Amino acid sequence: MTAITAARRDTLGRRLAGRRDVAVALGVLAVLTLVALAAPLIAPHDPVDQDLLHRLEGPSAAHWLGTDESGRDVLSRLLHGTRVSLGASLLAVSVATVCGVPLGLLAGYLGRGADLVLSRVADALLSIPGLVLAIAIATALGPSLTNAMIAVGVVYAPGFYRVARGATMTVRGQTYIQAAITTGCSTPRILWRHVLPNVGTPLIVKVFLTFGYAILAEASLSFLGLGVQPPLASWGSMLKRAVRYLEQEPMLVILPGLVILVAVLAFNTVGDGLRDALARRDREPS
Amino acid sequence: MAIFLLRRLAGAVVVLFVVSVITFGLSLLIPGDPAIHIAGEHATREEIAAVRTGLGLDQPVAVRYLSWATAAVTGDLGTSLYNSQPVTEILLERLPVTLSLAVAAMAVAVLISLPLGTLAALRPGGRLDRVISSGTALAVATPSFWLGLMLILALALTVPVFPATGFRPLTDGAGAFAAHLALPAMTLGVAAAVEPTRQLRAALADVLDTDYIRTARAKGLLPLTVVRKHAVRNAAVPFVTVLGLETGQLLGGAVVVEAVFGLPGLGTLAESTVTRQDLPVLQGIVITSTVVVVAANLAVDLAYRWLTPGQETGAAA
Repeated sequence: MTAITAARRDTLGRRLAGRRDVAVALGVLAVLTLVALAAPLIAPHDPVDQDLLHRLEGPSAAHWLGTDESGRDVLSRLLHGTRVSLGASLLAVSVATVCGVPLGLLAGYLGRGADLVLSRVADALLSIPGLVLAIAIATALGPSLTNAMIAVGVVYAPGFYRVARGATMTVRGQTYIQAAITTGCSTPRILWRHVLPNVGTPLIVKVFLTFGYAILAEASLSFLGLGVQPPLASWGSMLKRAVRYLEQEPMLVILPGLVILVAVLAFNTVGDGLRDALARRDREPS
Repeated sequence: MAIFLLRRLAGAVVVLFVVSVITFGLSLLIPGDPAIHIAGEHATREEIAAVRTGLGLDQPVAVRYLSWATAAVTGDLGTSLYNSQPVTEILLERLPVTLSLAVAAMAVAVLISLPLGTLAALRPGGRLDRVISSGTALAVATPSFWLGLMLILALALTVPVFPATGFRPLTDGAGAFAAHLALPAMTLGVAAAVEPTRQLRAALADVLDTDYIRTARAKGLLPLTVVRKHAVRNAAVPFVTVLGLETGQLLGGAVVVEAVFGLPGLGTLAESTVTRQDLPVLQGIVITSTVVVVAANLAVDLAYRWLTPGQETGAAA
């Protein structure tokens, strides 16, 4: 079993390595992660430090990307915003995984009543427009970045539920699961030790794709005033403040948007690349 | 057909029931005592108690849900905490704006995805296909409100035809209506065009790979004639299906796009309830938009049946 998994992983890795776009995207993600971790060390200025004498200035030696409406350094805010935006998205994806995956495993494994009830709830959640639901939950909980991202996590949980449920249903009838049942394994142990490792790969694809959407959701909610609260900045909240100066200083709007675009594109490219590699692997006889 | 319709209607009712439970449950999420929240921080104990009995907050949750849900079914979604206006009245004022935006964006999505999906399918893996697929990847990753701001920057501030903000109802004249809706519809339509483009490309590429298309080509027909006369009908089903399923995304995306362009729809309403914590209005928005989505999904199911009559009896099409 282990040998087969190792061999499969090997070919998967090799197939991914052959894709230049995926390699570039992974590089971008590595840089973003480093920036998020090291933001306080590499940012040239304090992101909340105001300098009202130098408001809305263009790029200069002191401020490489210029200053915003309060004279704060745009580059430093973008770097710190990376930490806020990626951290927030990580929270949303974690909530979605923790809520969706265990329930999906249970529904897929037990079937019948549990599956029926849980799947109806997932259907219902999926039929509510995602952003509307996120706004409703976040408003009820009270406006803060944490609450907003918990709300986004709940919105994305049915997606994880469906992937986990579907993958579990395909492995449920396999001999090794039957063998585990016969040897007297408890249901949680079977799910944790035997089912989860075998549904892991489609879930990883889902994590990458959802991360991209979560970044967009964070930006949207922050833009609506539900996310990060001032003076802290995320990419989305930078956009929100900059809108008023769209005509005066368009770069303040263009830059955060471009950063969001690049980050989401990188997550989606890795997710799509993984999915394609998996699909090709599954089509080939092993 | 009647049985199929009944089964789908029953499914929709179940979904709406669960959604109503979730929506009602939102009120239980509010931290602290809602009676104190509504009565205000400086209310006396008697005033808070009066609010509590007035809103039935002293009743068990199940009883409260039942009275809320029965009222909701008759169209009574409560009153706004902000200005005491009936929620249904507020929603009916706003819904036409959001629906106009969604329909216009859907039209933009069709105008984009139909030619792009077809062109990409003509030579799968070709240069045009690769360019179009990169374009869709970019479109998915672009925050819609940012795209809207870029359109304002590029078009509204330079070409005076497109007003940057505001809304005119159709009764004010089709020209003003269309001009005010053009940029928001473009903004929302670009993102909504992605999935239909991909679906159409995949479906068309599959159809174009079949024997009867090869025969048509062998007869010497031009590639686009083959597509138009023979392939489109068979690729239409997944295309129409995916268009219908975009409704939820469109209504969700409309929230932010309305905020960017200052359209007085459900989206800006949702935005304004955030600071006021006006939960009844927000619950109304959740229910209304979900009803629209469920209705659209039902329409998609019916269209699917209509386009593939063979499936009804279980026979191959």
